[in-house]
Amino acid sequence: MNKRNEKPRTLKSVLRIPYEMAQGPAWTHFFEGFKQKKILGTKCNECGRVLIPARPFCPRCFEPMEEWVEVAQEGTIVTWSYVNYTYFGVTADMIPQVPVTVKLDGTDCGWWGGLIGGFDVKNFDLVNKKVKVGGRIKAVWRDKVEGNMYDIDHWEIIK
Amino acid sequence: MRKVGIVDVALSPGVGSSLSLMEFTYKPVKEVLDKVGIKRNEVDAYVMASSDVFHSGLSCANSFDIDATGAFMKPMAREEGDSIKAFIYASLRIMSGIYDTVMVVTLIKGSEHPDNDTLTSCFADPFYTRPLGIQETTAAAMQKRLYQKRYGITDEQCAKVVVKNLGNALRNQNAHIKKRVTVEDVLNSKKICHPLRAMECAPKSDGVCAMLLASEEKARELTDKPVWLRGFGSSMDTFYLGDRDLLNTQLKNAASMAYKMAGIKNPAKEIDMAEISEPYAFQELLRCEELGLCSQGQGGSFIDSGATQMTGSLPVNPSGGVLAMNPYVPRGLYRVAESALQIKGQAGEHQIDKKVNTALAHGSYGFCGQWHGVVILGN
Repeated sequence: MNKRNEKPRTLKSVLRIPYEMAQGPAWTHFFEGFKQKKILGTKCNECGRVLIPARPFCPRCFEPMEEWVEVAQEGTIVTWSYVNYTYFGVTADMIPQVPVTVKLDGTDCGWWGGLIGGFDVKNFDLVNKKVKVGGRIKAVWRDKVEGNMYDIDHWEIIK
Repeated sequence: MRKVGIVDVALSPGVGSSLSLMEFTYKPVKEVLDKVGIKRNEVDAYVMASSDVFHSGLSCANSFDIDATGAFMKPMAREEGDSIKAFIYASLRIMSGIYDTVMVVTLIKGSEHPDNDTLTSCFADPFYTRPLGIQETTAAAMQKRLYQKRYGITDEQCAKVVVKNLGNALRNQNAHIKKRVTVEDVLNSKKICHPLRAMECAPKSDGVCAMLLASEEKARELTDKPVWLRGFGSSMDTFYLGDRDLLNTQLKNAASMAYKMAGIKNPAKEIDMAEISEPYAFQELLRCEELGLCSQGQGGSFIDSGATQMTGSLPVNPSGGVLAMNPYVPRGLYRVAESALQIKGQAGEHQIDKKVNTALAHGSYGFCGQWHGVVILGN
């Protein structure tokens, strides 16, 4: 009931809250592998699946996954997208991006593990020509690895 | 309506764990399944309670909660607030006749999030309240002053709650805060939010509780010692503190619903022990009154009488309560689990001496306990 012809206001609000999250033994070991430029998966002794990234337990069988397996750094593209818009947290200098789901050789699941790169991804027609479902890619590491998700710089098309 | 039985429970310790939230959650769920001897996929449905955004810094909960609780490829629901609500939802699922077994899991890692006061300041409405920095502790201080003023409750009586509960916690292997303290220690602790002192306020703790519920027939099949749900009630108040009488909370309403369902006429006589959420020490006294365990305004003399001690006529918080361990969302289900263990006679070092036939568990959240939930369990 606005009798004064006041324009209803809004209030801008940004929340900043600090956390310190435990990575636990399994994810710590996975990222220690990154420091040696290795990709480590865990194998379930019940169903036999090798999952990456490493898991503390098999979500299906609900048994601890204690067997570590180094998997290949090459795999097959399951699916991909082309991200070319901005929103809070994604600025113009970060786009376009080509996120990919890859099934690494020797694993039993896809991995939403990074971005396709190594050529001019600003050219969509070129990307659309080079990146194919079923195509092959391999990990390209940064020179300096620190044990985090930025260590794989990009995935390179190999076929 | 069908009876609901608690088959078994597992609880994590409250001290900060180096396990990830996912591994930390998995352990008690796995423990319950192994103890009962059933597989994850044999449980009909899952209900979980967590605070993904503020207390876990996650959003969304689906990234950790689902795999770790076992709810993967199963009917699941999740709630925020206090985990007693998840217990009630899970019980309703069994009472409905649609599901025979339901796993309730609640999870928080207090060691990963900032102080509860930082987080509860975000729980305030953004226009009137949040700009002033009001949070749960400032609200509780207002409630304590009113309580002391209206009923003459003393600082010593409030401090006795801390002494009792931390004393009990010395026997609880899962408790987070373990130290023997005196009334003087409490009174000499820093006046952080007058009239509240630092030691009258709960810590922030890690905590996962997993509990398997089942229909009567299924519960008898799965355990020799089922604990039966006899009644529950819950009620929510308005947010605005000024609109409420802070000493006549919705706990009375929640309790009367639970007592009616359980057929309890005289709670002070019929209830053998209680686990009451008391994030601020004085709230245990006030809540004993509102639950009808003592008369209104008599919370102070109730603790003076010794009735609520471990060896008293009506032990309150033999586990050490929330003052000894405060995983924010799980604390309500911890109260239910501790009560169930007392009835089963499996509370370990903090098992009370007398036989427990009827137990009360209480959970609460929000400024000055905006929401309350009460559960009555029986053998």
